[in-house]
Amino acid sequence: MSDITKQSLTELVENIKNKKLSSRDVTKAFIDRSEKSEKLNAYITNDFTSALDKAKKFDQKPNFDLKLPGIPIAVKDLFCTKNIKTTAGSKILNNFVPTYESTVTENIWNEGAILLGKLNCDEFAMGSSNETSFFGNVQSPIDRNLVPGGSSGGSASAVAGQLSPVTIGTDTGGSIRQPASFTGIVGLKPTYGSCSRYGIVAFASSLDQAGPIAQNVKDCALLHEVISSYDPKDSTSIDFKRNHYSKELINNIKGKKIGIPKEYRVDGMPNEIEDLWQKGIQYIKDCGAVTIDISLPNTSYALPTYYIVAPAEASSNLARYDGVKYGFRAKGENLIDMYEKTRSEGFGAEVQRRIMIGTYVLSSGYYDAYYLKAQKVRKLIKNDFDEAYKKVDAILTPSTPSSAFKIGEKTNDPISMYLNDIFTVPANLAGLPGISIPAGHDTKGYPLGLQIIGKAFDEQNILNIAYAMEEKINFKNRITDWWIK
Amino acid sequence: MSKKDSEYLINRKDNQYEVVIGLEVHAQVLSESKLFSTSATKFGAEPNTQVSLVDAAFPGMLPVINEFCVKQAIKTGIGLNAKINKRSVFDRKNYFYADLPQGYQISQFKDPIVGEGKVILDMPNGQKDVGIERLHLEQDAGKSIHDLDPQNTFVDLNRSGVALMEIVSKPDLRSPDEVNAYIKKLRSIMRYLGTCDGNMQEGSLRADVNVSVRLKGSKDFGTRCEIKNVNSIKFMQMAIEYEANRQVDLIEEGKTIDQETRLFDTKKNETRSMRSKEDAHDYRYFPDPDLLPLEVSEKFIEELKNDIPELPDDKKKRFIEEFKLSSYEANILVSDIATAKYFEEVIAKMGKNKDIKLAVNWITGELFAILNSKGLEISQSPVSAKNFAILINLIKNGTISGKIAKTVFELMIDGDKDPQKIVEEKGLKQQSDPKALEALIDKIINDNREKAIEYKQGKEKLFGFFVGQAMKASGGKANPQLINEILKKKL
Repeated sequence: MSDITKQSLTELVENIKNKKLSSRDVTKAFIDRSEKSEKLNAYITNDFTSALDKAKKFDQKPNFDLKLPGIPIAVKDLFCTKNIKTTAGSKILNNFVPTYESTVTENIWNEGAILLGKLNCDEFAMGSSNETSFFGNVQSPIDRNLVPGGSSGGSASAVAGQLSPVTIGTDTGGSIRQPASFTGIVGLKPTYGSCSRYGIVAFASSLDQAGPIAQNVKDCALLHEVISSYDPKDSTSIDFKRNHYSKELINNIKGKKIGIPKEYRVDGMPNEIEDLWQKGIQYIKDCGAVTIDISLPNTSYALPTYYIVAPAEASSNLARYDGVKYGFRAKGENLIDMYEKTRSEGFGAEVQRRIMIGTYVLSSGYYDAYYLKAQKVRKLIKNDFDEAYKKVDAILTPSTPSSAFKIGEKTNDPISMYLNDIFTVPANLAGLPGISIPAGHDTKGYPLGLQIIGKAFDEQNILNIAYAMEEKINFKNRITDWWIK
Repeated sequence: MSKKDSEYLINRKDNQYEVVIGLEVHAQVLSESKLFSTSATKFGAEPNTQVSLVDAAFPGMLPVINEFCVKQAIKTGIGLNAKINKRSVFDRKNYFYADLPQGYQISQFKDPIVGEGKVILDMPNGQKDVGIERLHLEQDAGKSIHDLDPQNTFVDLNRSGVALMEIVSKPDLRSPDEVNAYIKKLRSIMRYLGTCDGNMQEGSLRADVNVSVRLKGSKDFGTRCEIKNVNSIKFMQMAIEYEANRQVDLIEEGKTIDQETRLFDTKKNETRSMRSKEDAHDYRYFPDPDLLPLEVSEKFIEELKNDIPELPDDKKKRFIEEFKLSSYEANILVSDIATAKYFEEVIAKMGKNKDIKLAVNWITGELFAILNSKGLEISQSPVSAKNFAILINLIKNGTISGKIAKTVFELMIDGDKDPQKIVEEKGLKQQSDPKALEALIDKIINDNREKAIEYKQGKEKLFGFFVGQAMKASGGKANPQLINEILKKKL
């Protein structure tokens, strides 16, 4: 059974239901591979011992009606998990053990899943390469010293490297789609309000959204079906009719109109990204859908808008980490001194940078020029999409402006790092669902992804488009297990 | 409508200064649970026993608005004759403090739930309107306790997240007396509505007081100082008096007033600077992204309007019309909802042939005196409205005299006894049987023949002597009116 970890979630569920595999077989296989994969540094905390216990218990009294029967799953360490350390990749929460469970993780446990452990991520999800984590870099399974992307870098590495069959990440500006693209897997950022934010360590509340990361579209649809739920504990959760995304998944997209926004053709974008996009357009046509050139005129303002709104919210959301109630506390002469030392020592450089930016743009005298203006531009960006969706059913873009880069390559150039999010942030600003699917390789052999952005609550449609394209693309991820040898 | 302001002026040499006051009242919403969590709000609980994960700002915890608190705020807005805003927005007010777990207070900054309104004050020289600028909902902070340990500060988060209504007046108040009347009126309205218990000792009602002065007749406002967090009417009045005089002195010395935040030192009876305008916090207000704008429908507001009880101003009007009370009497009876309730219950229990005036006199006289001396609220009155009504009827129908009634009333206090029974048991019933009284008077006249002759000869003063004798002989129980009539006939 050495190939257990190569199986998709859908296959594993089938095999467990058919009793070809036990939960313990599956759980043991992923634990073994995870233990051999320490070099990836994908985990911050593992819960292997109790995962095996839970698997045994499941096998003793199996419930095959569940959607994730006895399936082991590791999750991003931004989800609070009851009695399991939850760090958000930060020193300031290095010792924090929640007494409560996030709604999204609760949903997967309720469907029979078993927690494998907590996956590495950029500190408070602020980063695009997983290099801001207090717990160190994550290596990409694609190549040695390659970043897996971020902020859900540990999650992407774990799925691409087959340490966990699927996982859940969070996406504030691209943190699911960009690492999925970098590691050749599928990542969905759902419509804002689709998945509850309750129990997820907050980065930027109006943008944060949890979503599935998987090997293929079908797995992604199944996991999304489980995690998406209306939750009265989150005031921004939306009570809409949710599909049975995996059951309703179809690869027939004949006649669908797919928008190709010209503004995503940015300066300095490598030819291979343009080529990939053109290939994508061809795949769409091959599937019987039509492409329509559209304009999203305010696209170029999305990134600057994002880097005002997100830090503003973050500066306030992170005020609670003050050393008073939980988490890391540095000794100080008095209250102010304690605050300063705790936050200087507890937060890393990128988090501090964003707190500073956020504090600045909210300050009196600057609020109107930055925060308020950014909110207005955000509305314009949303209007662009509303306008476009009068003509098209979905929008196709590249997921990222380049393939994955080397560890350390961009750490001293935050602007260049921020530019990674250029194609992903508009969906967050507009609250729309976006999915990244692997679509090809660059000249170095690194994966490249395409993004499909949908209408609000129209996850089924973009999943269907992705499903149809996936079949045409027939992408094979080149995983060499370099870190195991 | 608005009459002349009660004249409260500060005199210096040739100059007369007027004091301009505006209040920001923080009223704790009467509710079982907090504004954004389900923790209890009971006063005086053991420290940190009414704290949820939301109140303590644990990672990933989110606020969820308590609909009841929203209703309470809207009701209060209706009571203040104010505009209810169908759309309001919760903002974050960011600052660091040990008893502020989130690092921000959720409040309403640009778009409060209640807009402009009006409160009517009854001042000795007439009515005065005080404008309400706005009412908004916000969270209370926790409590820092500095005096339990020489090294450490302790934090109690029981209060953290409790709902407050901040009621901001326009700068329409002109004297400490008006401030007194304003606070009492606000409290009265909120108690009628059941939206705030108004208990100042427990901190349910406290205020920031904005004070400025200007030459009498001037239309421009002077520079104001804000006195923070004053928790009794008396202290507010003292603080205003001190602060106004301090500002006048500065002006008289040719100095300027700095706009600043000040604290009132209750021991020294003075205000002192806390921070200047330059040091003012930059709260970095912005809409709370965890909460959607609060939207209420016309129907929601209308349903709350139907739920509003008769408020003090309307009740007063009705008391004057229905019960023919004076404005003064009506004011006393309506200012406290419990008093009004007691009064109306007494009226109801008195039945058809009732003497309302007599009841009012007894409530504001004997009953208030007893409550005062025992330090009780009217809701804790040792005499129930029912027995009180019986007592008033006993006086009215001549069963007992007013004087005897006082004796009966004292006996009623112990265990809310039925006055009818007391009168019977103690034999205090007024003698109103003309035959018995005639016999009694005949005997007195017989015993005092000489005096009776003197009276007939014109010494009219002696009439009183006979009345006295008759009352004495009856043990105080004789009906004085009958005694008078019979004596006049017999003498």
